Amino acid sequence: MSLLSEHIPVLQVAVPLLSAPLCSLLRGVRLPWLLALAVSWFAFAISILLLIQVMDSGDISYHMGNWAPPFGIEYRVDVINAFVLLIISGISAVALPYARLSVAHEVDPRRHGQFYTAYLLCLTGLLGVTITGDAFNIFVFLEISSLSAYVLIAAGARQDRRALTAAYNYLVLGTVGATFFVIGVGLLYMVTGTLNIADLAERIRPLADNRAVQAGFAFIIIGMGLKLAMFPMHTWLPNAYTYAPSTVTVFLASTATKVSVYVVLRFLFTVFGPAYGFVGLTFEYIFLPLAILAMFIGSTAAIYQTNLKRLFAYSSVAQLGYIVLGIALGNIAGLTATVLHLFNHALMKGALFMALGCVALRIGAVSINGVRGLGREMPWTFAAIAGAGLSLIGVPSTVGFISKWYLILGALENSWWPVALLIVASSLLAVIYVWKIIEAAYFGVAPEGRGPVAEAPLEMLAPLWLMVVANFYFGIDADLTTSVAGKVAATFLGSGS
Amino acid sequence: MSTEMALALTLLIPSLGGIAIACAGRYPNLREAITLITASVLFAVVISLLQEVSGGREPTLALIEVVPGLPLMLKVEPLGMLFGCVASGLWIVNSLYSFGYMRGTNETNQTRFYICFAIAIASSMGIAFAGNMFTLFIFYEILTISTYPLVAHKQNAEARSGARLYLGLLIGTSIGFQLVAIIWTWVAAGTLDFTIGGILRDKIDPTMLPILLALYMFGIGKAALMPFHRWLPAAMVAPTPVSALLHAVAVVKAGVFTVLKVVIYIFGIELLSETGASGWLIWVASFTLLAASLVAISKDNLKARLAYSTISQLSYIILGAALASSLGVLGGALHIATHALGKITLFMCAGAIYVATHKTKISDMQGLGRLMPFTFAAFCIAALSIIGLPPFAGSWSKWYLALAAADAGRVLVIAVLMISSLLNVAYLMPLVARGFFRPAPPRQPVGAAVTPGARFGLAEAPLLCVIPPCLTALGCLVLFFYADEVVDLLRPIVG
Amino acid sequence: MLDAIIAHYNYWLVIFLMMIGLYIVISRGNLVKKIVGLNIFQTSVFLLYITLGKVNGGTAPILTDKPETFSNPLPHVLILTAIVVGVATTALGFALVVRIRESYGSIEEDDILATERAEDEIAVNEALS
Repeated sequence: MSLLSEHIPVLQVAVPLLSAPLCSLLRGVRLPWLLALAVSWFAFAISILLLIQVMDSGDISYHMGNWAPPFGIEYRVDVINAFVLLIISGISAVALPYARLSVAHEVDPRRHGQFYTAYLLCLTGLLGVTITGDAFNIFVFLEISSLSAYVLIAAGARQDRRALTAAYNYLVLGTVGATFFVIGVGLLYMVTGTLNIADLAERIRPLADNRAVQAGFAFIIIGMGLKLAMFPMHTWLPNAYTYAPSTVTVFLASTATKVSVYVVLRFLFTVFGPAYGFVGLTFEYIFLPLAILAMFIGSTAAIYQTNLKRLFAYSSVAQLGYIVLGIALGNIAGLTATVLHLFNHALMKGALFMALGCVALRIGAVSINGVRGLGREMPWTFAAIAGAGLSLIGVPSTVGFISKWYLILGALENSWWPVALLIVASSLLAVIYVWKIIEAAYFGVAPEGRGPVAEAPLEMLAPLWLMVVANFYFGIDADLTTSVAGKVAATFLGSGS
Repeated sequence: MSTEMALALTLLIPSLGGIAIACAGRYPNLREAITLITASVLFAVVISLLQEVSGGREPTLALIEVVPGLPLMLKVEPLGMLFGCVASGLWIVNSLYSFGYMRGTNETNQTRFYICFAIAIASSMGIAFAGNMFTLFIFYEILTISTYPLVAHKQNAEARSGARLYLGLLIGTSIGFQLVAIIWTWVAAGTLDFTIGGILRDKIDPTMLPILLALYMFGIGKAALMPFHRWLPAAMVAPTPVSALLHAVAVVKAGVFTVLKVVIYIFGIELLSETGASGWLIWVASFTLLAASLVAISKDNLKARLAYSTISQLSYIILGAALASSLGVLGGALHIATHALGKITLFMCAGAIYVATHKTKISDMQGLGRLMPFTFAAFCIAALSIIGLPPFAGSWSKWYLALAAADAGRVLVIAVLMISSLLNVAYLMPLVARGFFRPAPPRQPVGAAVTPGARFGLAEAPLLCVIPPCLTALGCLVLFFYADEVVDLLRPIVG
Repeated sequence: MLDAIIAHYNYWLVIFLMMIGLYIVISRGNLVKKIVGLNIFQTSVFLLYITLGKVNGGTAPILTDKPETFSNPLPHVLILTAIVVGVATTALGFALVVRIRESYGSIEEDDILATERAEDEIAVNEALS
């Protein structure tokens, strides 16, 4: 047992990685799913153990193959990545029970083995990016997750062939982004001679004036900005989320961009630190305006969408704006909001895309006109959309409110009055697009020619409602999430100054 | 039963009632029985709390800590007690009336109606007994959202756009201004607990106080301070019991109640009067008061006229708060109760007229008083109370407000109060005059409504639509004689 | 100045390749050519890493008895991984292009966009009617 507990960090990544090829060998529809489910739950259990261990006894450092850092690859778990690991594996653990029927409906039944293989690889990549303490290793895992994500998105081609072009565009932009990242890492390596993040942070301290370091910083931020769909580098996101199979959208929307945010946080705060030379400037002059533009342009674009998946995809662009805004605020409250919103946004968008998957299962496409009058026929699904939608708006007693609370708090602490007002103004845009749907579903008249529609099966409703309940639970009792997020923020800002 | 238990029950009873109503949706009689029982039990619990509060105690119940330092907390104090009594007491009357109205007009989706009603009452209780601004804000938003389906009840294009405006303005102001104000307060004072004397003294630059006050006042959209009053007339598309709920029982009263809470417990009356931070509010409230009255006169639709009347009456309460004196606050608080009784009567009468004759325009209501004497008598009493004539309750609140204005040496405010009383006469009495002193229209059977008293040549609405307004009209009279008790109850809030 | 530029000629080469690659990705409408551009772009990064590892006068890091200066082997190993990633990306990209060609009948971005737009219009018209 002690041997096992010692190797927990590596199990987090190794188990999904090794089970992926196994999965491709499995035939049929049920077996690959079962394997993926088991692996996800296992990963979830591990991430819980890791978080507990980190909260109790501090950071964990695991030396890959017993090679001591900085020469060997180190897996380093502290509060922040334990938290992100929990988000990823938690979403996966909830999404997979939901996935069976949805995937059976949307993906070619002969390809389920491959589909779940790609899914497991994607999970591996995301977990790997988060847990590793090695800059180049981040790139490798990032590419594992991205390549499998392209495949997963393209799997939506059976429903709509535009999934192919969406995947292609994501591939091109994603590869450019990852390559930028690797250039940045190369430049840092050139100056410091190390790839270990903790070591990098040490050696980079006296080099603030070094131009290679500055260029490396810029490459890393822009590369990850592409991956996290930071405005205006978000163009790949709406199509990718719209045409991917429902389960994939649920999973990617809740996790993929979050992991990129994590990497940005890691480099901004652990490696460079806000007090480091030029870094503080980027907060106010780059992140802040971009975040605000994202909030407004994303939300405004969402208002004009007729396809609901695309609507919420644009809303994701806006929500990522909030996350980046928290970074830009640069104080404890703002950073707490960022970390909180990683979790909270995963809950909201997970629930919303799951609900849209339920709708897609019953009526095919999810357009605003298609869902007219469906509120009565699929009461549970639409109650879930309403609940998660309220959370997206940031109504009190939902998680969205807690995030906004900290964001505004952060803005006021900096005395950035206009920013505080802009935050609330942009939430009002969310009211418009969420209400558009609620009104259509509950007070609209069913389009002609649509027969009676059955409620989604319990197997999909149960995970969906688990997410919705979590939206409210963590909105009312936010003690757990805020204390973790607060701790993370304090660590980041503490280590930086 | 411990008082903490009773406090929790005020939230639980209507919530559970809502669930029970949902389960009993298929059986209208059972559903309505549950509504009535829930309302009665709730009222009994609130009354049991009232005894505690008049004994000088302040039952407190901390529920859960949402964010470190920011608990969901319930605490009963006199002002909340008053609002709680008004809301829960009038829910009974309004329920009775709803049964008559909803059946009389054959509305659809009645189960949804009663569920949302119960949730709205639960959130009103939450607002009444909130122990800090944060808790109040949460229930404030729940109230907005739970009343949205009620406003959109008819589901046609008009109802949808009205409801959209309703939701947009209320959510917009509350998130856009009120939330910012709350967080500002939290940053400045480090607490949001309602404390007598306020929490902002020495915590915030006095020159910023008027701005913070403005964020609160315009952020509390439910108080319908101009220019954020448009939602009230827009919400008139709802069925009449909902209008009664909005105007008399829950929504607007929650708004002005919040205004009083903020002025008394966040700013503190003394701080406001020392710094004069609320000076501007006196003029905005006075303007709203007069402008809304003038608009009311121009409206021919009875419900629209009453809606503007409400906007005007709410500003009395805001005015009381803005005067920042104990008399003003007392008058404002008293007006919550007296206006509630008067306005709910007026609305129920308007509904009764609609059920019996399907008429909505005042100009069409010639001589109806002869056919519906009880309805019109109730209307007349309530109108007199709203105008502020003794021996009806409304006279007391206006009396206190006028005293407060005189105390503060603001002659103009007294003038405003007088003019507005005249305007009240001008927009409320014509209906009574038309009803009683014009010849009755030729008799024609309208709708399928049962008309009790047809034998006596009357054409009243069903009994359940007539009795409730008569009861509340009687209440206007009774409260006139017991206003003292209410003032005694309220006395502790002004120290 | 000129000396400095010539002395760092390999870096100039890297930048040159990088820009060519990016330019192709952005400017070409042919999906295959885009992938080619992507490859050139990635290749420039491989060169960058290899340049980093080179130590003047160093040899391959093989342990012999003689004391020698070695080039840094680590970037070379890293770039092996990156090459593998690049190959995988290229393969996946081409696979997608094949599928796109099968269903749209074209690999020109403009044609595909035009087809998609036409589809959108049909969908919108259906929704409105």
